This record gives sequence, structure tokens and C-alpha cells, in this order.
Amino acid sequence: MIPSSFDYVSPTSIAEAVALLARQPDGAKVLSGGQSLLPLLKLRLGQVEKLVDIGRIPGLEYLKEEGGMLKIGGRTREAALEHSALIATRYPILHDTVRVIADPIVRNLATVGGNLAHGDPGNDHPATMLVLGAQVVVVGPKGERVIPIDQFFRGLFATALEPDEILTEIRVPTPPSRSGGAYVKLERKVGDYATAAAAAQVTLSATGVIERAGLALTNVNPVPQRAAAAEKHLIGKKPDAALLNEAGRLAAEASSPNADRRGQVDYKKEMARVLAARALQIAVDRAGGR
Amino acid sequence: MSMHKIKVTVNGAAEEVEVEARLLLVHHLRENLRLTGTHIGCDTTHCGACTVLLDGKPVKSCTMLAVQADGREIRTVEGLEQNGKLHPVQEGFWEKHGLQCGFCTPGMLMTSCALLEQNPHPSELQIREAISGNLCRCTGYVNIIKAVQYAAEKQQAQKEAAHAAA
Ligand code: FES
Ligand code: FES
Repeated sequence: MIPSSFDYVSPTSIAEAVALLARQPDGAKVLSGGQSLLPLLKLRLGQVEKLVDIGRIPGLEYLKEEGGMLKIGGRTREAALEHSALIATRYPILHDTVRVIADPIVRNLATVGGNLAHGDPGNDHPATMLVLGAQVVVVGPKGERVIPIDQFFRGLFATALEPDEILTEIRVPTPPSRSGGAYVKLERKVGDYATAAAAAQVTLSATGVIERAGLALTNVNPVPQRAAAAEKHLIGKKPDAALLNEAGRLAAEASSPNADRRGQVDYKKEMARVLAARALQIAVDRAGGR
Repeated sequence: MSMHKIKVTVNGAAEEVEVEARLLLVHHLRENLRLTGTHIGCDTTHCGACTVLLDGKPVKSCTMLAVQADGREIRTVEGLEQNGKLHPVQEGFWEKHGLQCGFCTPGMLMTSCALLEQNPHPSELQIREAISGNLCRCTGYVNIIKAVQYAAEKQQAQKEAAHAAA
């Protein structure tokens, strides 16, 4: 299908892009990798007056560790994340996540910033970024602001990003030693949204109890969020199978999936429970807890 | 609605055309340039029949605007054959019967071609992963895997022959 008509501009600086968005806050939309936005426009589920393509702005694609943080340029392609040795060795949870996003061809264009800014609870990065305690850097007419990821997702396809702001960077605090994380996804086939998925990130103490815990589920809540009760239950305890299973149960209990072609509510909750416990187990193993 | 003059290099030839902003790259290739080897199989970015190489990397040309390709280099299935000789991946699909209806084939060929350029000796798992964004409703994939393996061996043999001749 063919999208309905729109204007298109391809600015070459962030300042220029922001000015273009500010001029038309209701009708203009940022085009990054386009792998979510263009299908939406093609199916005419969405319409725009103007696309502001940030594809020609230099300096938006990078991965680097700096000042205790991993910095990911907003337009960094998923494929770059997938093939990065830094990510594979230091941030295995991100490596797990990127490998199950869409398919390898889509990942050549899809961007990390776009995956977050789209605000789709079916996307995979939100859960991972929530458990990593990431920060989102955005630039608008009034300059730059840094949004903690816990405050970023506001509703279905709604984020804290203003219409005249551009997501320029994602910052992930480098986890301390004895940390581990994992992302586990159940999908009907490559390229599908998750039936359910779980992101887990833990830090163990020197004596082997859980000091910090992050747990979040994908596509079983209207808004990506952490499983707060499950996280609280984990703190200060030895990570044995019974504990991790109980945390999975608490996370699933707090979820509210919709029934659709991917399954009934009970099935999705049960899958969420199992996946959460599995993700936690891998996270604990990677943290050196075994 | 804005119009844009774009210059896209397709299979080595730079073509300048004026396009509407909403024109998809696949329609630019098929309708403006009459390169109908690139197929359209879905509306949802799933099937990969439209796969072309953008600066050497496979992308779904139904999910990219033609204006986004301005100044970039595209390779399509029409660019695989050189001087009347099939590309090794084409030969592989021929020899190993890697197709039945052929609808997915242009995309499969382009993805396989990019895979072998980047990884000349892929494992079966790596081949399966690489083509996981290309759907085939006929073959069951088994012969497609064999075709890519054939192409990898063929390219290796060609390299060795060139080395021996030098
Ligand atoms: S036509 Fe199906 S992915 Fe492009
Ligand atoms: S040969 Fe028919 S779809 Fe692949």
C-alpha cells in the first residue's frame, strides 16, 4: 500500500530538525529508521503532514563507554548493536534483546532510539532499558533534557517526548561487578511481537544475596513498566530457584495482557511467569551466582 | 506533498528522477526504473520479497522511501548476473532447486549474496538466521540452505582457481 501524501525534509543538524518540528508541532513527525513508522503510514493507520528525516544528521550513530555509562546514539541501528563486541561482552542483556527484535534485514535500518520513542508496549527495548535504569537524552527548542526511563513511557504509543523534541542518546549506567542480565522472548515466529518476554538485571553481594534487581515484561501491559513487587521480593535474598519462581509469579500476577491472536490472557500470564523466572536465572548465572 | 529530485545509483548506473516524498523505494525501482525483479509480497514488512542491497546491506525496499535512498547505492537482483554469467548464488538456486514458484527468490538471492560477501563460510545456523527475514511459502527452506552452501563452495573454488592461475 501507499502512504497518503506528506511533505518531506531532511535537515543536516539537530538544531535545524528541532526548528522544523517546532514550526509544525501537530503535523510533523521524526523519521528515524522508519521500520515502525513507514508500515503505519502504508497501512494508513497513521498520517503525517511532514516527515522530518533525521537520517542525514551526522553524529547520531555511536556506541561508547564514557564516565561510567554506555552511550548509544539515538539513531544507532539495531544491527550495529547486534554486531558490537562491546555489547556482546559487557551488556549481554542488550545483545539478547537486539537479536530478537524484528528480523535481521529490518535491523539494518531500525534504530534503538526509534524502538523507544515509538512507545509501543510490544517493542523489546523498553523492558531492557527499564531494568538497566537507562536515561533518555532529548533535544528540543529549549535545549537538552535527560529523562529517567521510569518516567519515559506514558501510555499506548505515548512517551514523555514532546512533539518538537528529538531523542538523541540513550545512557545506560555500566552495571557494577557481580551483575548480570538477560532478555528472554517467546514469539510465534521471527519478526513477531512478543507473546510475552522478560528482561532481568541483578547485582549480587559478595556473599551471594541479591543486592539490586530489575525485572520488566514486554507486551503484557499497556505501558512498559517494572514489576515492582517482584523486584522488592528479590532484594536481600539468596537467588535459589524457589525465589526466582516466586518473583516470576509476582510479576505475572501484576501484568495485564490482552487476549489476541498470540493467546488468551491466562496463557500469556503463565508464559510471563515462566519467562520471568528464566530470565532471572540466566541473569543470576551471568552475575556469577552459580 | 513535496517533490524531490533524487539520484540513486542502481546496479552501477546513477539515475536522476523527480519523485513524490511518499514514493516507496520498491515502487521507484519497479515503476520508474522498470526493474521488476524486486517483488512486493506483503504490506507489513514481513516477507522480504522486496529485499535489495543498500550500500551492501540487505534492506526491505517496501519500508524505505525513495527520497531516503538519494545519493546511496542500490543493488537489485538484476545486478547479480555479470557478462551473461550467473552469480554463484543464482547458480546455487538453479543447481539445488532452491525455488518453486520463485516469488521469494529475488529477496532470498540478495540476502544470500550480502551474507556471503560478509561471511564467505557461513554455518547452516548462520544461513538460517540470515534469511529469517525472508519468507518462502514453497520450499520449506531446505533447498535454499543447500543453494547458499553451494554458492559458498563455488565462490571458494573460484578464489582458489584464481589464486592458482596467478
Ligand atoms: S514486500 Fe513484504 S517485506 Fe517488503
Ligand atoms: S519459492 Fe515460492 S515463495 Fe519461495
